[in-house]
Amino acid sequence: MKRKLLTFNTLILVAIAGVVAWATIPPNSQPNALNRKESLTQGHTDVSELAAPIQQVDNFFDARWQEFGFETAEEVDELLILRRLSLALHGTIPSLEEIRNFESDTSPNRLSRWIHQMLNDNRFGDYFAERLARSYVGVEGGPFIIFRRDRFTDWLSDQLQSNTPYNEIVRQLITGEGLWTEKPETNFITVAIANNELDENKLAARSVRAFLGQRIDCAQCHDHPFDHWKQEEFEGLAAHFGQASISPFGISDKQDQEYEIEDRKTLETITIDPAVPFHPEWIPETGSQREKFAIWITHPENRRFERAIANRVWALLFGKAWHAPVDDLPDPESLESTDLLDILGSDFREHGYDLRRLIKIIVSSKPFRLSSQHAEEDAGRLAAIKDEWGVYPLVRLRPEQVIGSMLQASSIKTIDQNSHLITRTMKFFRENNFIQEYGDLGDNEFEEQTGTIPQALLRMNGELAKDVGKTNPVNASGRISGFSSTAEKCLENCYLVCYSRRPTPEEQAHFLPQLQEASKKRGEIVEDIFWTLFNSPEFSWNH
Amino acid sequence: MHDLKSHKFTRRNILQTFSGFGLSCLLPGLDSRAAEKRGPERGRSLITIWLAGGPSQLETFDPHPNSKIGDTVKAIPTTIPNLKIAGLYPQLAEQIDCLSVIRSLVSKEGDHERGTSYLKTGYRPDPTTTFPSIGSLYAHEAPNPKLEIPQHVSITGGQWASRGGFLGAEHDAFKIFDPGLNVRNMKPRVSTERQKKRLSDLEIVTQAFQKGRKTQTENTLHQLTVARALEMMNSKQLTAFEITDEPEPVKKAYGDTRFGRGCLVARRLVEQGVRAIEVTLPGWDSHTDNLDTHKTKAAILDPAISTLLRDLKERDLLESTVVLCIGEFGRTPKVNALGGRDHWPTGFSCLLGGSTLHAGRVIGATDPTGKNKDPENPISIPDLYATVMSALGINYAKELMTPIGRPISLSDGKPIPELLNS
Repeated sequence: MKRKLLTFNTLILVAIAGVVAWATIPPNSQPNALNRKESLTQGHTDVSELAAPIQQVDNFFDARWQEFGFETAEEVDELLILRRLSLALHGTIPSLEEIRNFESDTSPNRLSRWIHQMLNDNRFGDYFAERLARSYVGVEGGPFIIFRRDRFTDWLSDQLQSNTPYNEIVRQLITGEGLWTEKPETNFITVAIANNELDENKLAARSVRAFLGQRIDCAQCHDHPFDHWKQEEFEGLAAHFGQASISPFGISDKQDQEYEIEDRKTLETITIDPAVPFHPEWIPETGSQREKFAIWITHPENRRFERAIANRVWALLFGKAWHAPVDDLPDPESLESTDLLDILGSDFREHGYDLRRLIKIIVSSKPFRLSSQHAEEDAGRLAAIKDEWGVYPLVRLRPEQVIGSMLQASSIKTIDQNSHLITRTMKFFRENNFIQEYGDLGDNEFEEQTGTIPQALLRMNGELAKDVGKTNPVNASGRISGFSSTAEKCLENCYLVCYSRRPTPEEQAHFLPQLQEASKKRGEIVEDIFWTLFNSPEFSWNH
Repeated sequence: MHDLKSHKFTRRNILQTFSGFGLSCLLPGLDSRAAEKRGPERGRSLITIWLAGGPSQLETFDPHPNSKIGDTVKAIPTTIPNLKIAGLYPQLAEQIDCLSVIRSLVSKEGDHERGTSYLKTGYRPDPTTTFPSIGSLYAHEAPNPKLEIPQHVSITGGQWASRGGFLGAEHDAFKIFDPGLNVRNMKPRVSTERQKKRLSDLEIVTQAFQKGRKTQTENTLHQLTVARALEMMNSKQLTAFEITDEPEPVKKAYGDTRFGRGCLVARRLVEQGVRAIEVTLPGWDSHTDNLDTHKTKAAILDPAISTLLRDLKERDLLESTVVLCIGEFGRTPKVNALGGRDHWPTGFSCLLGGSTLHAGRVIGATDPTGKNKDPENPISIPDLYATVMSALGINYAKELMTPIGRPISLSDGKPIPELLNS
């Protein structure tokens, strides 16, 4: 056992040293460096083009805030927005290198150009794919051999990086044919195989949840208690997957196969024809059952489709859905007037189902830029303001974000591009229970979550926190304590690396004497500061 | 650190000091650590011995030595009259009279993940909600107010350790990976003096963050969980996780294996008043070489569970502790071409006993020819859990509201009459 512990330590050190060593390669040797410069100028065009939809979103909120009659929180400075963006799009905090570059960029429209650049970074594809994949294939390991989660997320990342229109991505997921390794989109189907049989119900329920933002799962056994879904409607939807079958050659459709189920009451076998609960005229005459279903789901007149993705992307960016639960939206035809999801959704549809455009609009709107600080002291009123997005919500970071942020805080340079290394490191930690210990939120990732004791123990006493915070010649804490010319600079760098901000006067008054006094033991003081900064809620809660 | 602790915790600490003192006067046999009474008045605990992978009923508690399907092992008599179990469990055969055997469990889930989820929660997996495990439910319903360590602990739990489900992550089992050897993340990495300094630094930084976010920060429970983590790090109850002060013969009797140490730690946690403990022994998925797999596993399980039962009895803890030994399903009567047995979710076995449960009963039976799939007197998983909950003294029919407003009862089964009739 002793030996095992040693190996564990060594592996962590090797992993971190690897990341750090890689991160210290000069930036110009990175293949994306050119890309980055180019994109910094390209982003310009966005500003005028996106002005109208952003204004529409802002007007929507202004009207609501006025109606409710409260003061919203103030706008935060751009550095904090950079941190929020980095966590939402890359799953990590900005590096000191990025902060310095950002601060030295004095050209107009700095933030919108940076957003554009962050979306072009392959960290966006990888991280966002991982997050979106949860709604498509869940978080479970899935059936052994025939389900390859890694292939699936790599495929999704490629689609995001090449900006494939979202309706096209969904079509491919529903209709994919072939082997789960060569055609990774088919893992959407194979994950629903249990006991060697395709579970059509699971696929129908998941499709409607993920793509239309409706929970009809209950209708699997009985009519939906709160909505209009009937059990037979559910069965009709499931029947669209009735011809899909699995063989050693992968997923394909058997044209003559019928969808048969056992009637729950009579226990007789009955054949179910594919059917949809509304607008059957959207279904084309020809095509396989799955193709027909995909066209119905992604039909331009299907408001549920665009509203569902608008709500999900909003949730991914804020960590909190506009409408919760994220996948149980009201019937759009029952709404009295258009709402935020319609504003975002129609712009999304009219502009080629462009996910990046949708993201840009959301992160440029007022709610994303408000402070999480608010002067309101009455808890009830504050909750109401929070419900109306008049103050930025505090949201617990995901375990991957905590790991990503701790690793990033260990390095001055940006840990990016070499996504393999990050992925490998992540996998390593996943295997070693960090994510399990920290607590993965599973499918309910947008539910409001509080902190837990194992999380507090991990941050205070865990291996990762120790190794990341320990000063050595190549990591951030070591370099900051070794190279910062003054105590002030040293403290400022610690804060920028961990919190993307500068210390307050109170914090300066507390820490500077320690740093000034202990010039010889500065390394130890810096380790203490890193430990402290990791353990305050400011590190582990998106603010 | 006082500012970081809420009043509730400070008050609780004081109460604890007093109650602990009072009890130790009344019960001279107890050391200061054991905050709870003994015997039947004691708060109840649940120990689940989880046999991950699905053990074969034929090579454990339901042997059919004279049949074609079960001639792999001999059956040995036990301290329960007319009960024979697989010969791989000689020690358990001596201790089993404090438990009952169910040989007719029926599930509908033949997949490891789905089966595990069903067998740990009593509800079949349902994508609209995540059900809490039985341990989370029990700790949620009947927490021990004197406890400074977690109410619900999973030892060597692996991939699917018990979860809090819709009750929230704070009801997940607290996971122990190396029982008795290393309580992970529990010790500060620096000297006491430096830790003190760090904690006072932390107050300054936390205050800066709270400015303008007082209510929002409180709602995160961040400081509360840090305070509770520190309380736990400083608690004497932490020694319940250690086995250094256990006599060598005791450790040896449990077996010097991860699982054996896990069972010993489980007993210590029960003494401390931990509500639910799950100890996992993985590796039962014997698609090949079924018999060898079961021999290897039995060599670990037999001494550990037998010593645990004896220990609980000797310490008057069994009257207040429910013991359940179970996996996610059983294995096929037919041996496959590789000498293995495959998944079999109908007619599999478990051991159950302790607390107010009747002991020495044998419930259900399977067909010795293996032809009839359905066992006699089939017991459903919800019924099993309604029984366990009744034995723990909680109302299994009580309804909890999920976050989406769906009422769900603790268990939708009915207690097994043979085990609970008074």
